[in-house]
Amino acid sequence: MKKYLDVVLAYSIMMGLIILVGIFQSWNMALSIFNMCLISAVMTMGANIQWGYAGLINFGIMGYTALGGLAAILISVDPVQEAWRAGGLDILMSLGLIVLMIVTIRFILKNFNKSKFRTYGIAGIIILGIIIIKITTEPGIKAIESVDPATKGFLGGLGLPIIFSWIVGAFFAGGLAFIVGKVALGLRADYLAIATLLISEIVVAIIKHEDWLTRGVKNVIGLKRTAPYEVDLQETEWFINLVEKFNSGKLNLISNITDKQNVLNQLVVEGSSVLVKLCYSGLFLIVVIVLLILTQKALYSPWGRMMRAIRDNEEAANAMGKNIIKQHLLIFVLGSAIVGIAGAMLVTQDGLFAPGSYRPMRYTFLIWVMVIVGGSGNNFGAILGGFAVWFLWIEAADIALFLINLFTANMADTHALKIHLIESIPYFRYLMMGLGLLLIMRYRPKGILPEKIQVK
Amino acid sequence: MDFINAIILLLNYTIIPGLTYGSQLALGAIFVTLIYSVLRFANFATGDMMAFGTMVAVLFTWLFQSWGISLGALPTALLAMPFAIIFMIIYMFFIDKFVFEYYRLQKSPPVQLAMVSIGVMFVTQAIVRIIIGPDDVTFVDGKKFIIKAGEFKELTGLNEGLAIQLTQVITIILTVILVLILFWFLNKTKTGKSMKAYSDNEDLALLSGIDPKRIVMITWIIAGILATIGGALYGLDKSFKPFTYFNNMLPIFAAAIVGGIGNPFGAFLGGYVIAFSEIFITYAYKKFFMYILPTSMEPQSLIQLLSTDYKFAVSFSILVIVLLYRPSGIFKGKVL
Repeated sequence: MKKYLDVVLAYSIMMGLIILVGIFQSWNMALSIFNMCLISAVMTMGANIQWGYAGLINFGIMGYTALGGLAAILISVDPVQEAWRAGGLDILMSLGLIVLMIVTIRFILKNFNKSKFRTYGIAGIIILGIIIIKITTEPGIKAIESVDPATKGFLGGLGLPIIFSWIVGAFFAGGLAFIVGKVALGLRADYLAIATLLISEIVVAIIKHEDWLTRGVKNVIGLKRTAPYEVDLQETEWFINLVEKFNSGKLNLISNITDKQNVLNQLVVEGSSVLVKLCYSGLFLIVVIVLLILTQKALYSPWGRMMRAIRDNEEAANAMGKNIIKQHLLIFVLGSAIVGIAGAMLVTQDGLFAPGSYRPMRYTFLIWVMVIVGGSGNNFGAILGGFAVWFLWIEAADIALFLINLFTANMADTHALKIHLIESIPYFRYLMMGLGLLLIMRYRPKGILPEKIQVK
Repeated sequence: MDFINAIILLLNYTIIPGLTYGSQLALGAIFVTLIYSVLRFANFATGDMMAFGTMVAVLFTWLFQSWGISLGALPTALLAMPFAIIFMIIYMFFIDKFVFEYYRLQKSPPVQLAMVSIGVMFVTQAIVRIIIGPDDVTFVDGKKFIIKAGEFKELTGLNEGLAIQLTQVITIILTVILVLILFWFLNKTKTGKSMKAYSDNEDLALLSGIDPKRIVMITWIIAGILATIGGALYGLDKSFKPFTYFNNMLPIFAAAIVGGIGNPFGAFLGGYVIAFSEIFITYAYKKFFMYILPTSMEPQSLIQLLSTDYKFAVSFSILVIVLLYRPSGIFKGKVL
């Protein structure tokens, strides 16, 4: 118990802060912060097993998150029959062509010796393939995108419950990570960082601009939900009774019946959205706890010890007969798959898929701040980092407003500087993140909850 | 005649914009490469440092405009640049003193310095947005065109017009001058040579009496000049928006690595490689082929390899390919 004292303490402070938000701002807000904290925690766990366990830099978190989101729409949206009739065949044909291209290239790589001729041949096949695919798919894509462009204009998905997409998202992200890892993991640390960052940009560019698949920047809205809808809840008998029971003390104070009814309605509306958020919290909490148990078990298993050995001294681990390339690839795929789950969870919660919102600042660098601040190599630390940084990210505006008012207290409200500062409040969060990261890296380089290595 | 028309068309839509964009990338790429070879880390704050320099240039431009000072046909920003450079260098010294110096003295691994530079990126981004806001700012003034498309058509009697903007010419000329001075400095002066020695082998350089503090200081000065001028030229040519500058970091990195990181000349050429490949691959050649092919063979589609949406993706793919097949870059990266 004593060993985990700092963990318990840090988590109680964090929960206390969220409860304070609930009391002073609103429970609705506290819960939405909590839910996003949970999603961030899943992402940081993914980044942590790559960076903390194995020392691999992955600046492509944004790409895997977006792929998880893509999985969510491909699983949950109903298929658009007209679009399939209009251009489905073309798309399937081009998929076949891509597979054919890959098979040919693999064949050439296997059966011919390395030479200039082979390299040019492969380049020629790729360019020719792109041209052929472009020509064959163009009419199909046009036809698909012109099917009811205001609401559909894409192929749609499978129409399954969105919860399946969490697993599919993991497979998507893991699949991409396998390809990326195969080609890029041999690079030096900073090259790997840049390469993964750029690959994630390519992935997001494709998701953003292939309208037939994702509707692109037109967004997919109104995804099916796992949790009940607020509107339905507000009309359910048992829910209204429940709210009445909870707030009976407050309601009994009001004598006027119409007033009482109004207040009750208000409470029901608020309560419904709290309940929906609670449903999500429960689901997300299950994911976080399951992942935490798995990663913790892995960390203290022989496999985890091997990963640490590889991280701390590659040559020595290699000399002991460990296959470093294989292990690196494995952990890269595992970590990215976890990030993919988080991406699907995010879209599930929001009920919308907006490819335009995937930006490296928010989905790559912020997650890295979380990992570094929380404590890399320690799962509890990484999760705490997700909580603390997301909390600060949301509350930064209020803190900045408070500080500005404090420092400019003797200025008139019409003072130009004060107005300018108050207008630029949203950007103070970047300042806080940056300063937080710099301070932590300088004075507590292992993070809030540093890595503990158990030697038995 | 059709052939000349086709050439002019390409000049107007691909070559001149490519040269301009390439020059802007080249300056940024040399900045990245210098920091990488002398201070030994990948600076993720590159784009935002350029935005900082440009912001100061914009503020000075506005100040001069309010005083009624201008350079006539040339943009006032040229006058503001020296002042912006001074501010940029001061800011860089400040950051180096309070952030990077500690890790350099600790001899931290490059990865840690790269992480620290992410912190600097966040802070710089915040400062820029708090001071000037996140919106688009155009600060170009003076004469816009050297020659307009219509005038060119009248002058030559061709179907295709050629429009050359003043900012494009300034960008190219300024870049060439700056790069020539830089290469002269690095290869011919004693300080430049000692920088090379330091980046080649730190311990040997220290043994032979080179002062590391001075080297670091000079590196930041050169970096400040490159960042401000590169950023301001980009802002003059397009417009100043902090988010775009952050995004430009990616093609700049691509240019530096494609050219062979640590090799300034490679970075210079890498900028153009990236710019031209972006433009050539996403340009629609329909009109070009209409000029050079006989009427019977006129193309129906746009003849565009990739749509312009994938502009960035092109340069990144080139980078990934280079990283895989020639990690030291096309022009063989060596240390400075």
